[in-house]
Amino acid sequence: MRGFRGLVLGVLMSVGAIAGARAQAVEIEYWQYVFDARIKAMNELIKRFEAANPGIKVKHTTFPYADYQTKIAAAVPAGQGPDVVQLYYGWLDNFVGAKFIQPLPRDAFPHDVIEKEFYPIVQTMKRDGEYYGLPTAVRTLALFYNKKLFQEAGLDPNKPPQTLDEYLEAAKKTVKRDAAGNMLSAGAVIDMPGQDLHWWREVLLRQMGGKPYSDDNKTVAYDSEAGAKALNWYADLQRVHKVGQAGFMDEGQAAFRAGRAAMTVDGSFRLGAFGGIKNFEWGVAELPASADGKRSNFASYWVNAITAKPTGAKLEAAKKFMAFTTSPEAMQVWLDMVGELPARKAAAETEKNLAHPIYGPFLKALNYSQATVFVDELAQRQVGLDMANRVFIQNQDAKASLAEAAKAEQAILDRFYKK
Amino acid sequence: MTANTEVARSSGRLWQGLTLQQKQVVWAWGFLAVPILFYGLIRFYPTVEAFVISTTNWNLMNSPSFVGLANFKRLMADPVFWQVFRNTFLYLIIGTPLSLVLAFTIAYHLDRVRFMHGFIRALYFLPFLTTATAMAWVWRWFYQPVPIGLINDVISSLGFSQQPFLRSTTQALPAVLAPAIWAGLGFQVVIFLAGLRAIPTTYYEAARIDGVSDFAILRKITLPLLKPTIIFLVVFSSIGFLRIFDQVYNMTSGDPGGPLNATKPLVLMIYQTAFSSFDMGYAAAQTVVLFLVLLCVSLLQLRLLRDR
Repeated sequence: MRGFRGLVLGVLMSVGAIAGARAQAVEIEYWQYVFDARIKAMNELIKRFEAANPGIKVKHTTFPYADYQTKIAAAVPAGQGPDVVQLYYGWLDNFVGAKFIQPLPRDAFPHDVIEKEFYPIVQTMKRDGEYYGLPTAVRTLALFYNKKLFQEAGLDPNKPPQTLDEYLEAAKKTVKRDAAGNMLSAGAVIDMPGQDLHWWREVLLRQMGGKPYSDDNKTVAYDSEAGAKALNWYADLQRVHKVGQAGFMDEGQAAFRAGRAAMTVDGSFRLGAFGGIKNFEWGVAELPASADGKRSNFASYWVNAITAKPTGAKLEAAKKFMAFTTSPEAMQVWLDMVGELPARKAAAETEKNLAHPIYGPFLKALNYSQATVFVDELAQRQVGLDMANRVFIQNQDAKASLAEAAKAEQAILDRFYKK
Repeated sequence: MTANTEVARSSGRLWQGLTLQQKQVVWAWGFLAVPILFYGLIRFYPTVEAFVISTTNWNLMNSPSFVGLANFKRLMADPVFWQVFRNTFLYLIIGTPLSLVLAFTIAYHLDRVRFMHGFIRALYFLPFLTTATAMAWVWRWFYQPVPIGLINDVISSLGFSQQPFLRSTTQALPAVLAPAIWAGLGFQVVIFLAGLRAIPTTYYEAARIDGVSDFAILRKITLPLLKPTIIFLVVFSSIGFLRIFDQVYNMTSGDPGGPLNATKPLVLMIYQTAFSSFDMGYAAAQTVVLFLVLLCVSLLQLRLLRDR
């Protein structure tokens, strides 16, 4: 009897131990889209995270970008899919509306800490008083310039233009034409389908005293004196000063890479492509300020969020993983391996990072960047492209074109917010 | 034993009772059942599903709710839709006759060539084998301004002003249409050659004996006897132009559909509405319209060409 009772007790203890051990080993799933550098960076982060948290395993799953949103849309309502997910900040309203993601638990992510430690663009992640995601990979704009073309034009290759007036002067000096007047090399790229639309709407417009949308984002606000001033300034680069030409070399970044554009406005995501340039030396500068020193920039970013799926132990694990991926350490890894900028001041503003000749201008911009919310990014982009094309191709008056654009875009916003 | 035997005998008697013809019909339908089922699932179910989705406000993220004909009303009031609709028909009205006349002219003269006939025919067919995407990007490069655009480089060196082509609201659609016509030319030439070869030589011999002119032979013998070929190519070509997408999308990817929607066809609008805006209900409504247009155009062509 004593032997039997002891055996039973031993078995029960063993079962309990095994169950306990199993309870300790929590597995969560993380999804992002396919991009080599990002996959490597995340694998590195997961390795570090699992080393620091022996009881948690992270399964890393990726999908082609084109399928990514639809995969999430199909998986999460079915109770499958990721526990932590990466999404583009512009998708937030759709994801919140569809209940794909849950608010970040305040115990792990206190609002005062978020607002103190992250750049102001994090505000775009707030809905109805709750934060739903935290940025991990930010992109801003900067001025890329061709030092060789500057030198040939008699300009100091280490002193890029600091103001819009200086920008225009540099463009005039560096543009090249043939005997028939055809452009051979642009002084300034004009490429609305590239990043110029963001430059116009988020930077030039604000520098001229306007803003693109109302504070609640529901009303178009660029149909104004400032809007016309900004659009005319931009269009005059081609119409009046002839320092650039829409469609030259097909794409602005292609013109710059070929050494046929002295200056172009592009994003930090272009560093990978421009990194391959061998024929000339290029530099990066902050976007030119207005005459009175006003600066602005546009930041877009990817965030990590916790889906509606995890509860209990999985939720605790997801919180830890979210906290880790948004830590300064993780953001530095991301900057080094992917080239995308940190969203946390501590990670961005190290002396080494700010002094970096290439990353520095992008990082400094984080302090004065805006992250505008788009409800239908491509449709709203098309409105902007058409606005510019009416001016460039049909010689429409800037004010009339702005009015038409504002009307079309307001319809897009109305359709979304009345849903 | 008795009961079993009776049942077996009944079954046998049922099958034996059929006539030979009835047995053949049963076998035929048995074999046809699988392809009919397949075709129904793969073809008709998605079509019906599109009609259903077009009456909802589905955006991929929400549960669809019924909105009746709201998507169609919105479509009718959308100025972009009407421009896109017009573009789609411009592709059809300009593209189909141009490509057929060009293909017939080439085939007609190629048919008379003996030396290097096969080689020349292969050359015409080659563009048909090239992927539309690769072709579009090459032509996109052709259309660029100086100093990299092939066409503008030539024009400029001859002393003329360069042309905007894809950057123009008036030149862009013909510019996109040209490589689309060129791409399909080879196929049409080969089909016309087959049609020409199918005409009995006895007709031509009789005509020549009677001293009929070449033009009269073309008008009275060749074209009438090519009618089935022409019908096929008109329908095939029309549907192709109504559904044009690859060339447009790849030649104008920076501003899809060209400046101010100058080249945007209905299929591209559907694609953008569905997979960029995720406005599935609205996209399905556009699909229904495209389906009806294709149906009407095909039926109209078949009726007109058959009556003639």
